[in-house]
Amino acid sequence: MNNKLEIKDFSFTYRGAKSASLCNINMSIPTNKVTAIIGPSGCGKSTLLRSMNRIHDIYNGNIYEGEILLLDEPQQQNILLIKKENDFIKLRQRVGMVFQKPTPFPMSIFDNVAYGLRLSGTKNKRLLKEKVVKALKDVALWEEVKERLYDDARGLSGGQQQRLCIARVVALKPEVILFDEPTSALDPLSTLAIEEMIIELKKNYTIVIVTHNMQQASRISDYTAFMYLGKLIEFDVTENIFINPKNKKTEDYITGRFG
Amino acid sequence: MRLIINKLAIFLSSLMAILGLFFLGWILVTLVIKGSGALNLYIFTHNLVNNGILNLIWGQFVLAGLAAFIGIPVGILAGIYLQEYGNNSRYAYFIRDLSDVMMSAPSIVVGTFIYAIIVMPFGHTNGWAGVAALFVMLLPIVVSTTDDMLSLVPVELREAGAAIGASKYHVILHIVLKAAKVGIMTGLILAFARVVGETAPLLYTSGSTIYMETDLNHTFPSMTVSIYNLATMPDEKLVELAWAAALVLTIIVMMLNLLGRYVVRNKR
Repeated sequence: MNNKLEIKDFSFTYRGAKSASLCNINMSIPTNKVTAIIGPSGCGKSTLLRSMNRIHDIYNGNIYEGEILLLDEPQQQNILLIKKENDFIKLRQRVGMVFQKPTPFPMSIFDNVAYGLRLSGTKNKRLLKEKVVKALKDVALWEEVKERLYDDARGLSGGQQQRLCIARVVALKPEVILFDEPTSALDPLSTLAIEEMIIELKKNYTIVIVTHNMQQASRISDYTAFMYLGKLIEFDVTENIFINPKNKKTEDYITGRFG
Repeated sequence: MRLIINKLAIFLSSLMAILGLFFLGWILVTLVIKGSGALNLYIFTHNLVNNGILNLIWGQFVLAGLAAFIGIPVGILAGIYLQEYGNNSRYAYFIRDLSDVMMSAPSIVVGTFIYAIIVMPFGHTNGWAGVAALFVMLLPIVVSTTDDMLSLVPVELREAGAAIGASKYHVILHIVLKAAKVGIMTGLILAFARVVGETAPLLYTSGSTIYMETDLNHTFPSMTVSIYNLATMPDEKLVELAWAAALVLTIIVMMLNLLGRYVVRNKR
């Protein structure tokens, strides 16, 4: 089995914080699988996710220790060594991210998807259009928006906005897509649509998802990591975590005894 | 007891609201009554030397317009710096506080300051000094509006921009500024409305003249200053003209304010 990301002895401290938010994390993110990270609020799961594309670094002064290797056989790159803005941009084009709240940009539906493509150098109008349409189809949004591609994206419903945000990421053809509680602001139907899409997307992408919703993790993920107080407690195939957890804390959390 | 206090509070606050509105209404009614007498097409087509206010309107708009022309880009850039680049540094806090203090600086002080640094060396009142004084009045308003409006843009939007590979300046230029556009536009209109009606900063910087003037190196016509001058004249015709000018200015300022509100309502 191939791995896409290799996290080794990784610790993370927020700017000005006295203690580390993440301690000695070791885990591998397998290629073309869905890996879920679960745990109670404040356990560091979002912090870990946000380290994988270094989005933390739009604020200065955070401290990283250890390694996060982005693998692209036979090459590998320790993304914690990135310092230049250009390299951050390249990293984020390879490792895309979808946020908790839908964040449509203040522009048309078309431009929302085309924006990242234009930045990454797609200038040809016909090619641009092709890629935008493809991305919208990939997230099953095309049928709903094809009549109003040039309307303001903020006029879409919450679920549609979130799918648009995913299309925006998919359009760039990243290797990894990070989801930070992508459905916690959505209704059950939109949630279902996005879960189905994630399962579809793993054919072509490596997916890491942070979720509060354990059922969601069990429904869509192949691997699950349980985190608690900044530490990785258990990481295994999803069935094992949910049916036969080895650690007492994991079991307590899964069965709802705390958290 | 609670009900009585509640009723009393409602009564008092409504009374005060009515009182405030009453004075506003009184001012408007007085202006219309006293100003409409001399209000006719003639005054819009003739300069003050011929008992019109054409040169005054021109002068006021040139002064305020140039101040805005210089002040708006400077202010927006400063606001971007405060919110996007220097957000947590002491330096940024210092500038932000300074700008807030400047916003509440008495306008006559600004006038005096410009008098000392521009009018004195020139030797006489001139248009540039008026522009400079209005610029000093306008700048902190623009800075603080931009700063406030940018702070309302959710951080998630900035992060989402960065997450699809936009550099910091791309995020600011294409996403944050666009998201804050309506708010900033409104702020700019209101800032302009605010300085277009200023008197004190112009009183001894631009001065005012009864003639049409296009050279900013000379004493420049100003509506507000002329209203002040005319109102103290013994000639009743001129006092009436001052009322008409005051009415015109009030209408202009009110229209600008309404325009500001209109922009907000239509874009949100």
